[in-house]
Amino acid sequence: MTVIVAHADPARWWHSRAVRRFLRHHLALAGIAMISLLVLACILGPFALPYDSLYIDLRARFAPPLTGHHYFGTDPLGRDLAVRLLMAGRVSLAVGFSAMLLSTLIGTLVGVTAGYRGGWVGAALMRTVDGFLSYPSIFLVLALAATLRPSPVMITVIIAVTSWMETARIVEAEVRSLREREFVQAARMVGLSRAHIMFREILPNAMGPIIVAASLAVARAILLEAYISFLGYGIQPPLPSWGNMLNGAQQYLASAPWLAIIPGAAITMAVTSFNFIGDGLRDALDVRNDHI
Amino acid sequence: MSAFLLNRLFQSIVLLVIVSIIGFTVLNLMPGGPLAQFGLDPGMTQKDVERLAAQLGLNRPLWIQYLDWAWRLLQGDWGHSFRDGSAVLTVIGRHLSATLLLMGTSTALAIAAGTWIGIRGATHRYSLFDYCATVGAMIALSVPTFWFGLVGIYIFTLKLGWVPAGNMYTIGDGSVLDYLHHLILPSLVLSLVHVAIWSRYMRTATLDALSQDFVKTARAKGVSERRILLKHVVGNALLPMIALAGMQLPSILTGALVTETVFTWPGMGRLFLDSLGYSDYPVVMGLLIFSAVLVVLGNLIADIVIATVDPRIRLA
Repeated sequence: MTVIVAHADPARWWHSRAVRRFLRHHLALAGIAMISLLVLACILGPFALPYDSLYIDLRARFAPPLTGHHYFGTDPLGRDLAVRLLMAGRVSLAVGFSAMLLSTLIGTLVGVTAGYRGGWVGAALMRTVDGFLSYPSIFLVLALAATLRPSPVMITVIIAVTSWMETARIVEAEVRSLREREFVQAARMVGLSRAHIMFREILPNAMGPIIVAASLAVARAILLEAYISFLGYGIQPPLPSWGNMLNGAQQYLASAPWLAIIPGAAITMAVTSFNFIGDGLRDALDVRNDHI
Repeated sequence: MSAFLLNRLFQSIVLLVIVSIIGFTVLNLMPGGPLAQFGLDPGMTQKDVERLAAQLGLNRPLWIQYLDWAWRLLQGDWGHSFRDGSAVLTVIGRHLSATLLLMGTSTALAIAAGTWIGIRGATHRYSLFDYCATVGAMIALSVPTFWFGLVGIYIFTLKLGWVPAGNMYTIGDGSVLDYLHHLILPSLVLSLVHVAIWSRYMRTATLDALSQDFVKTARAKGVSERRILLKHVVGNALLPMIALAGMQLPSILTGALVTETVFTWPGMGRLFLDSLGYSDYPVVMGLLIFSAVLVVLGNLIADIVIATVDPRIRLA
């Protein structure tokens, strides 16, 4: 059985209206540029700098920025801050990105199931979403992170299981509105399986909002990781992350303010980029503007 | 109205049940479960632990344990702190007012600033002000609260010396002015994100209200723009904001936890972190449930207020 789907020529997706609209969005382009720069720097930078992120040099403690080759100075153990910042960026961005993938997966599964099945299954799933949303995210994340062994993978999972609800809500609303459309009825009539209808027929039509939510979810996940690592329950030293580099920076605020300012600026830059990109995607994909 | 109220009340109760199930699951994930406090006690053998588990009914089916636990929560028996043995609700009560003071002040600040920025952005759409407010809001949403706090302390305490770096009052002083002096920086820090959120929503809501027919009618009657804005637009735009205030509660609590840590503010957030540090699980669990209950109740109150003010909602 072949199902004929009217698609624009997939080889020319970059000619589509959405892409053109995205390219007109200056902030989104700035976001893409910033995040590309940051990712490239994090991947290549550590090879270019003459220090190791874990090399301790007690003679070079608290060197202010631009001392010799320590472009961002050194930390209380004399480790080079620039190379640590870039290595931390690898961890923070990887955690943020993987947490987004996992939370989008969970949110989409729950949302599609709840939206398509409806009835008591849908109601139970959506009330669970409400239940999770009633918890201030950091309380739940901290309680879980303090309980389970905080490896980077575990932190990713914890962030994902506490931030899939937004996606689930968006997908559920979208799927519910698509459920009774003609193409779905047609698919049902020709006897396609429920899973096929849910994931092959309906889901592709809900991709726009999912992509927008995903780009904002990266921003959220990076922030959440920074919060819990700052508080000491996230990524554990000596592995650096942007959040745990700030852990302890407060006590040196008077003597070595760069320890606090530089990692925080990196977090802000990364999160701002993803928020800009999300905003551009929302305009380009014409997603309703109910969340900022 | 009473039908609406009953319906809304019922929904909240269902939500509280779900919230408690999630909380119970987290409790059971903790190492050693509810008996964790004895896990480290060298005076206790494995046999004692098993006997205690049987005594406390931990060998019963999970759903019976849940019902028992939930029933005790309802009766106000939230367990006792491992640290000093006092009841969990008493411990939370000691820290509640500090958090409410911080949250209240920063929310008031955020509403005032956000409303003004939002309305101005809507009435001067696509102006330089509007553009800066939009971009500024998106950057503000991306700044980690704790970092903003650190930068604030660096500038306003260490460089300028205007405000204290932390705590709620100076020991031995404690006058109202002293409290206010300590409150300024943390409440500003906590409000930043919410000014951003508030102004974005307010801008949309104002634009929405401005495009309504009653505004056209008022303009046709010759009512001044200022009067239209104050009398017809702001009221209608502010209504959905009440619901937003309820929806923002979890994120305000999250922000409060972080702000309290940076500013050593003696509120629930500090208590939560301290208790985590001491593995004081009853207090951690208590705060977790308490924060969610606070959010559910906050949303219920917001909905009731809206329904009281806006007949369209309670009659729908």
